[in-house]
Amino acid sequence: MRHSVRDVSIGIVVCLQGDVDLEQSPRARQILLESVGRKQDVWVDLSDVNYIDSSGVASLIEAFQAARRNGTKFALVSVGSAAMRVLELARLDELFTIHDRLPEGLDAGGE
Amino acid sequence: MTEAAAPERLLDLRFPAQADQLCEVRDAVRACIVGSGAGDGCVTDVVMAVDEACQNVIRHAYGGLPGGEIQLHVDRRGDELIFSLRDFAPKVDPAQVKPRDLDDLRPGGLGTHLIRSVMDRAEFVNTDAEPGNLFRMVKRIE
Repeated sequence: MRHSVRDVSIGIVVCLQGDVDLEQSPRARQILLESVGRKQDVWVDLSDVNYIDSSGVASLIEAFQAARRNGTKFALVSVGSAAMRVLELARLDELFTIHDRLPEGLDAGGE
Repeated sequence: MTEAAAPERLLDLRFPAQADQLCEVRDAVRACIVGSGAGDGCVTDVVMAVDEACQNVIRHAYGGLPGGEIQLHVDRRGDELIFSLRDFAPKVDPAQVKPRDLDDLRPGGLGTHLIRSVMDRAEFVNTDAEPGNLFRMVKRIE
């Protein structure tokens, strides 16, 4: 799994790439919780996630709950079909805020 | 009356029960069922279910301890794909392996729900006479 974190005008964009599985999800969890811990809105770009399992989804849930406690936004962006399938099976597609793409001006690597 | 078709073995894999093995296991499962007539969505679903079942073995049967092994057989019988996952850990109480209530929003516990959502059957096979546990999942090819 690769990742990037960048600060933008509306908060933090966390981009996860590759497989978010049992081996990689502890790192994903750490990255997400650190970002949420900065108490800014967090946008998680999943466009390059090929595979996510229940442990990866658990990391998203934990970060979502931390953001809710902070009163900050936690949104998923560009969720691919494989990840969306898992979210739908877990009925989490109704829980998470999901956007088709990042807000205008934040795509393709920066403002 | 026709005899039931003999199963065809598509995969026989034995690997350490470790998280770092699962990427290769997913690739092997995907490769052995692509071409079986299963559609892309079906392939994606069963690869995920096998991964989740392996995770249950790693995390719960072996309790995250190193040194355990998993044996995975994939067979095809007629229009069914049969996934048999054997471990050599202490016996698991099947009653304790159940999907959690999805309205109970907490991290973890989703794996069993995902398996049962995508497989036509998923159950422990009684292996009292042998060590370990045998978990069998069946998926009809759509």
